[in-house]
Amino acid sequence: MQVFLLRRSLGFLATLFAVSVIVFLVMNVLPGDPAVTILGIDSTEDARAALRAELGLDRPLWQRYGAWVWDAVRGDFGTSYFFRVPVSELIAERLPLTLPLAAFGMLATVTLGVTLGIIAAAQHGRPGDWAIMLLSQLGIAIPAFWLSILLVLLFAVKLRWLPPGGFPGWDDPVLALRSLILPTAALALVQSAVLARVTRSSALEVMRLDFVRTARATGLAPRRILGRHILPNALVPIVTIVGMQVAGVVTGTIVIENVFYLPGLGRLVFQSIANRDLFTVQALVVLFAAIVVTANFLVDIAYVLIDPRLKGRLA
Amino acid sequence: MIRASGITVRFGSHAALRDVSLQLDPGQRLGIVGESGSGKSMLGLTLMGMLPSSAKLDGQLHVDGQDMSTAADRQWRSLRARRVAMVFQEPASALNPLRRVGDTVMEPLRLHLRLDRKAAQQRMLELLDETGIQEPALKARQYPHELSGGQRQRVLIALALACDPALLIADEPTTALDAHVGLRITELLVRLARDRGMALVFISHDLAAVARTVDDVAVMYGGEVVERGPVAEVLRAPQHPYTQGLLAARPPLDAGQLRRRLPVVPGNVPAMADLPLGCRFAGRCHVELPRCAATRPSETSLSPGRSAACHHLPDPSI
Amino acid sequence: MIRRAPVNLWIGGALVAMMTAIALLSLVWTPYDHTLLDIPAKFAAPSAEHWLGTDQLGRDVVSLLMAASVNSLTVAFVAVGLGGAIGTLLGLAASAWGGWVEAIVMRLVDLGFAFPALLFAIMLAAAFGPSLSNAILAIAFINIPVFARVARGAANQIWTRDFVLAGQAAGMGRAALTRDHILPNIAAPIIVQATIEFAVAILAEAALSYLGLGAQPPMPSWGRMLSEAQTLMYLAPELAIYPGLCIILAVLGFGLLGDGLRDVTDPRLARTRA
Ligand SMILES: Nc1ncnc2c1ncn2[C@@H]1O[C@H](COP(=O)(O)OP(=O)(O)O)[C@@H](O)[C@H]1O
Ligand code: SF4
Ligand SMILES: [Mg+2]
Repeated sequence: MQVFLLRRSLGFLATLFAVSVIVFLVMNVLPGDPAVTILGIDSTEDARAALRAELGLDRPLWQRYGAWVWDAVRGDFGTSYFFRVPVSELIAERLPLTLPLAAFGMLATVTLGVTLGIIAAAQHGRPGDWAIMLLSQLGIAIPAFWLSILLVLLFAVKLRWLPPGGFPGWDDPVLALRSLILPTAALALVQSAVLARVTRSSALEVMRLDFVRTARATGLAPRRILGRHILPNALVPIVTIVGMQVAGVVTGTIVIENVFYLPGLGRLVFQSIANRDLFTVQALVVLFAAIVVTANFLVDIAYVLIDPRLKGRLA
Repeated sequence: MIRASGITVRFGSHAALRDVSLQLDPGQRLGIVGESGSGKSMLGLTLMGMLPSSAKLDGQLHVDGQDMSTAADRQWRSLRARRVAMVFQEPASALNPLRRVGDTVMEPLRLHLRLDRKAAQQRMLELLDETGIQEPALKARQYPHELSGGQRQRVLIALALACDPALLIADEPTTALDAHVGLRITELLVRLARDRGMALVFISHDLAAVARTVDDVAVMYGGEVVERGPVAEVLRAPQHPYTQGLLAARPPLDAGQLRRRLPVVPGNVPAMADLPLGCRFAGRCHVELPRCAATRPSETSLSPGRSAACHHLPDPSI
Repeated sequence: MIRRAPVNLWIGGALVAMMTAIALLSLVWTPYDHTLLDIPAKFAAPSAEHWLGTDQLGRDVVSLLMAASVNSLTVAFVAVGLGGAIGTLLGLAASAWGGWVEAIVMRLVDLGFAFPALLFAIMLAAAFGPSLSNAILAIAFINIPVFARVARGAANQIWTRDFVLAGQAAGMGRAALTRDHILPNIAAPIIVQATIEFAVAILAEAALSYLGLGAQPPMPSWGRMLSEAQTLMYLAPELAIYPGLCIILAVLGFGLLGDGLRDVTDPRLARTRA
């Protein structure tokens, strides 16, 4: 068990390291001179030299990489060239929007996806199953940003129940939550379509297993068998998908924030691309990738906690 | 305990059970033998109300004094909760792998007997002890994969006994186990049935195991009961050619061989769809008469509690 | 082995055939020139001349949608082809040589899953400026690990077959065996995966173009049409509907076709999914 945790942790760190190297290479080396990227090709050589000195770009590559990682580990992501403030400050400012949005999105995705999947499995072959499968087939094909536009058209433009976009800040929690309803719905409706399918087929697999028959033979009610015996066992493979969906939801927030004009990290990325704020983008990309890698790492660990058979095998 | 007559189970046009009748008194132990595919499990599931949804059941069925012929699932469920229980063939997969076995055994105690946590735990430990599990407190905290096959089967028996059923159905409970472990399990079943005054339906294709376990036996072939009677008499003087074949093909009774698959009566069980109109055994039978293929033999009483279904019954007087 | 073509195969196949036909047709004919501006005729309602009306610049919406379908299909084709080819080669190599080759490939595959297409496109856009070719590269990139995994899994099964073992005994090298025996036998799962990834790629291209990281003006694209329509939501909400429907039909078509192909080529899978 300890050996397993140690091995997985080392693998996790190695992946994080590789991710940082890739991001660094793609953004610093491939395009040639970052100073040109930031200032544009019509900039003067003097201005470029000044910028190189300011950003420490005149140092050798490995030193720049080392300094970047070392600073990042201590929470220093450098200074935004455009905003002239530390990137960590920019991130801290926007996290209170992006984090809750991602968390709500994930929560709604799992709740909706697992519930629909289990209902479909319980209704296997009957109209309920067909309806849910049809909806999820559609959900998989719908672009999240288009669904967002439709939701805005209906609930904001036509019915005027909810704001069409923007975020008023957390001073008034009710207003803040109201403005997150549509974005959360857009994130979750699409993501949960995949999860519903996986949950359904996983639950159908489990329903065939012998211990379900044992549970029936002890006179347990179908509802209890579904909730206490089938669902926990069906969850084991679902956990992997949920881990992968963290990636979907995280990148989903980037898209959704831009659809709803929400001032979060996703919006910051696009502003920074437009502003040619290279190192801010670099910090954000690493941050997003790290979240995805971490989610998958946690899923690996979660497996062992859920399934006692693995614990035995790893001991 | 059981009064069944004319039980027929169909999957579409093909019958897994045909016109089966069965009587079982409280505390009686009945064995069901027959080759694989002869309908033993279907009979067991019928008595539990757990036939697959694609199966269609006909006939009269009374279990524990209640008419279950057309019972709704609710009624079956309350019967399964308190009065009848079943143990299956594969102990390896019959327990929820994510649960400690103690919790599995406690579930019906808490739900059906409404015991509180402490009482349920107490009762669970007694049950594990009663089914011969060493160190019950320790085993109760383990997961199924940490137990041996025999221990798992004991846990499943403890689970089945949780609510003091009046009838236990055991469907090939020893088939997946080593011979000596299986032997211990059959001994356990006999002891439990005796001590608790519980009726037992013991399904097996192993004649030796049946002989050790039950008082009466029903021999099944092709979804029908072809012969029945006190187990000693049936084994000593089988009347139906199929039973005779089974006994002749029986392997020697030393322990190492007990697990071997029995049926080596020449030929195969016919697929039920293309079964002959007459005797189902026709075509494999060594005494087959001209009328056998055309007319179905009806069950003939040979002596009290003893009968067979065959056109060629040698001497009813023995 | 192929018994009865499932419904999803028929529907998917029909949708894909229709999309492809429309895209090909638009190369030689559209009702109007989709670049033709006719400002006075802007926001025209659907009529006999303009079946779905005109947009904010008076361009014919049907012509725009048709021209944009070429963009979607081309991007998907190039990206999936590129990523699929690289990924399949990596997977085949991992399966053929095993050992450290396999270890490295599988590490890379795990690493690839850390970068969703959007993140990769963002990196490229920041470094090189946003463009359609960067979007294609990003989509191709995420296809590499997917195909590497599928190809390795499928190839591993073929390596144990008699005819491969026979070839090995006859002294054929691993590269030759892979070319002659393994590759032809993993074609089915690769094609199935490619069809499904086609759907994913169309969705990704639409999202990237919507965000401004893909097709740049004046190139017609469903995603870009949506981002323009969004700003006009109060004026002409219907402009935000049509491109979305096109995306759904295309994605649904390739998705269903892929599922259907998998059902007929892998009956074992089909049963568990039924
Ligand atoms: N779900 C089912 N659908 C159709 N036929 C079935 C099904 N389950 C069992 N059968 C048929 O019922 C017959 C009896 O099977 P079973 O009771 O399992 O035999 P045994 O337990 O004696 O080996 C077999 O011929 C089998 O083909
Ligand atoms: S009825 Fe005829 S075929 Fe059937 S068992 Fe008796 S003798 Fe054999
Ligand atoms: Mg059986």
